[in-house]
Amino acid sequence: MRGLVKAGAATPQKRVQFDRPLTPWLFLAPQLAVVVIFFYWPSVQAVVSSFYIEDPFGFGSTFVGMENYTNALTDTRYQATAAFTAFFCVVVTALSLGIGLLLAVKADKVIRGAGPYKTVLISVYAIAPPVAGLIGMMIFDQHIGPMTALFGFFGRDLQVGVNYWDTTIAVTTISVWKQIPYNFIFFLSGLQTVPVSVREAALIDARSGWRRFRDIVLPLLAPTAFFLLIINITYAMFDTFAIFDVVVKDKPANNPMTLVYKVYLDGFKGNDIGGSSAQSVILMLVVAALTVVQFRFLERRVHYG
Amino acid sequence: MATVTLSAVGKTYAGGVDAVRDVNVDIKDGEFVVLVGPSGCGKSTLLRMVAGLETVTHGEIRIGDRVVNTLDPADRDIAMVFQNYALYPHMSVRDNMAYGLKNRRTPKDEITRRVDEAARMLELAPYLDRKPRALSGGQRQRVAMGRAIVRQPSAFLFDEPLSNLDAKLRVSMRGEIRRLQKRLGTTSLYVTHDQLEAMTLADRLIVLRDGAVEQIGAPLDVYRRPASSFVAAFIGSPAMSLLDARVADGRVWVGEHAVAPATVPAGEVTLGLRAEDLRIAADGALPMRVDYVEELGAQRIIHGFVEGQQIAVTETGADSLPSDLRLAVDPGALHLFDVATGRRMDEAAAQPARELA
Amino acid sequence: MQRVKPLDHLVLILGALFMGLPVIVALMSSTHSAVEIHSNGLYLTPGGDGGQTYEKVLTARGGFTGDVTGLLMLGNSLIMGLGFAVGKIVLSMTAAYALVYFRFRFATILFWAIFTTLLLPLEVRIMPSYQVMATLGLLNSYTGLIVPLLASATGTFFFRQFFKSVPDELLEAARIDGAGPWKFFIDVLVPLSKTMMAAIFIIMFIYGWNQYLWPLIMTTDESFYTLMRGIKSILQVWVGSQIPDYNEAFALAVLAMIPPVIVVVVFQRMFIKGLTESDK
Repeated sequence: MRGLVKAGAATPQKRVQFDRPLTPWLFLAPQLAVVVIFFYWPSVQAVVSSFYIEDPFGFGSTFVGMENYTNALTDTRYQATAAFTAFFCVVVTALSLGIGLLLAVKADKVIRGAGPYKTVLISVYAIAPPVAGLIGMMIFDQHIGPMTALFGFFGRDLQVGVNYWDTTIAVTTISVWKQIPYNFIFFLSGLQTVPVSVREAALIDARSGWRRFRDIVLPLLAPTAFFLLIINITYAMFDTFAIFDVVVKDKPANNPMTLVYKVYLDGFKGNDIGGSSAQSVILMLVVAALTVVQFRFLERRVHYG
Repeated sequence: MATVTLSAVGKTYAGGVDAVRDVNVDIKDGEFVVLVGPSGCGKSTLLRMVAGLETVTHGEIRIGDRVVNTLDPADRDIAMVFQNYALYPHMSVRDNMAYGLKNRRTPKDEITRRVDEAARMLELAPYLDRKPRALSGGQRQRVAMGRAIVRQPSAFLFDEPLSNLDAKLRVSMRGEIRRLQKRLGTTSLYVTHDQLEAMTLADRLIVLRDGAVEQIGAPLDVYRRPASSFVAAFIGSPAMSLLDARVADGRVWVGEHAVAPATVPAGEVTLGLRAEDLRIAADGALPMRVDYVEELGAQRIIHGFVEGQQIAVTETGADSLPSDLRLAVDPGALHLFDVATGRRMDEAAAQPARELA
Repeated sequence: MQRVKPLDHLVLILGALFMGLPVIVALMSSTHSAVEIHSNGLYLTPGGDGGQTYEKVLTARGGFTGDVTGLLMLGNSLIMGLGFAVGKIVLSMTAAYALVYFRFRFATILFWAIFTTLLLPLEVRIMPSYQVMATLGLLNSYTGLIVPLLASATGTFFFRQFFKSVPDELLEAARIDGAGPWKFFIDVLVPLSKTMMAAIFIIMFIYGWNQYLWPLIMTTDESFYTLMRGIKSILQVWVGSQIPDYNEAFALAVLAMIPPVIVVVVFQRMFIKGLTESDK
């Protein structure tokens, strides 16, 4: 979804434009209304609430300044969640990018069979995270799960949903599984934009396939890879919510969770609106920073050819 | 430097389509050979088979004394210049040229020496640190050339290297390629669909049609003695006029007009006439109806019809023309081709009276 | 003449198995009974209880929730997917049209106001968004389910990029032919955007269909449950039961994945084009 937009910066205007004072507003009105009501209002609301503590029984709220922020940032549970989120992002991003790239490179090489292969991967792209979570949960199920049996064979008693690290293994595997197709699609189409003649020139210049990949193909894939890096980080931070929620079966007690899951828990289950809002704002800053980095980079993005 | 030998080389695609059939040619050391033919004739496929970018399904390709059929492109000691240059977009001009050498473990100072030398030759020195996208089309073309030159390979392979340039640049680069090749003395195989480019560059031409060799020879020989009506129509501009004619009573006839004596057996023939071998003369044998005139400055080409068949004549006059002319034909300038096979009928062999313009 | 080595095929086959097997397991296991699964584990071969299970999941009230059938959830998911896709296309095309083809005051400010929405996904403002919905009385409504998700300007930027790539001469020609802004939009731009619209439609349909968190907090009334919400419910019943309804859970998963999977597989080329080219 976020992948839809890579470049937004203002590029040259149309040479000719309509010059009507009112018509553009009519065309813009629906989008503007939605943006104002469902984006700006709640965003401002989040910032405002983050400076208040709301009475649990709904009798007004008290201004507390930065207290919600200091509380959140000094809370060891919040710190642990933040640390886990960072770890989780790194692992999921690295694995799904790596496997996606590997498969794309191989699929790009074979001509026959690439079609059906693409279809298999694309089907998985269409599967919703909660559905992936549900299937994954069964595969990691304590009684019937083949993964549990596999780990048991190697002498590890897998207790997903109970043991912190076992749950981490399950959630990470499912999250990576779900994200590989996205990376695969982008890497494959990136590979296919490398001109055939450039590859052939490389074939004449370098004997080793690994060298050709490292020196020619990989640098040309760099813009795609960077774009995917940001997308994967945001995926790991936000879109995996459903996978966590399904795998821990609504019982997050001793299980790992991401920052956005904690925002949800504290806000909806814990009724700590102020604390949850402060966490939201922190998250907003992180995501905004990531997105700005992304756009900065893409503005300067190299256009070859 | 090396010879390149193709023996009974052919390429059959999985679907059973023959892209190249039974090509035999010996390219001598230092020779510049041009593969020419209309698009789809298999010339690029043949070149790419020599490069190792396409598999060889029949026959044998030798570079020097090695059979290279199964060697990787990198092991064939060839360099190639691609139609769209195929420069590495993320590398500077210097790195583009040096990359192939680096991979061959050429010593650093040797690489620098060769790249600088090539840059000087191609007037690329000021651009060595630029990326290809910061160069003009002509400069990119030179970089592609430079990348081939620094390698000092056994053979250069050119795949329509000038077709992405504008007309003027194409002419000057053509000269430059010829000059460089003479100076370096590297065996070269060059593909083009442009017969003029082929004529001006080649030591020898290979005219291909539907994957098979139609004629091999020095440009002037091919021009003067085309082996078939296909070659006759393909090489030369304006194209040789081909008329339906017949031989009877020891003469060639177009309609009711006897053109010249002929020694081939009586029957239907295709008569080929070069535009410059025709003269406007009041007592000419052939009546021509003028259609339109192309003024080229030094000369003009008159297009028209003889007995309802298209014909072209060049002349240097500037007077206005009547709508009906008579054309005289040099008896020695006739080309006769078999109607069924298109092959040249050898008895009609003759030395054209005039040199190539 | 790049040679394909057996190792390449091995990697691809392993990858395909890793990606495909879970889907096949879900599909096959959903045709066995819960008891079978409980005692034998998951299946890679079809069983004989599929009809019964799917019938129950689709039609039985209270199969796993209080009073909602699978069919109803399927319908709600469809409304969610289609509503979101259509809404997104209409909103983004009109907005992008205004931004690209009109010269008017505040155009730049509006551009940035819409552009900013790309910075933050819905998830980070989930709590206040919920409160806004409660204030507006939009909880438990299709409007509440769909419209807030439209706030992100992804589609707008996509169409903006696309419109910018349309040659200027087209507008000049249309103006010479006497077309005003409405006529140009309807007669020229919309037909020109057909392929792009289709690609965006597919991507957005899947996005809408697959929504989880937003329906989760927005709907307490079960008649608005989507299939994704249903997955949550089946798991809540699950905890504590002797033999969980594995088969029904799998059947639900299959129902939830079939429509989007069919859409992407059938429109594969268009979908990939939309996904990867819209970002240029």
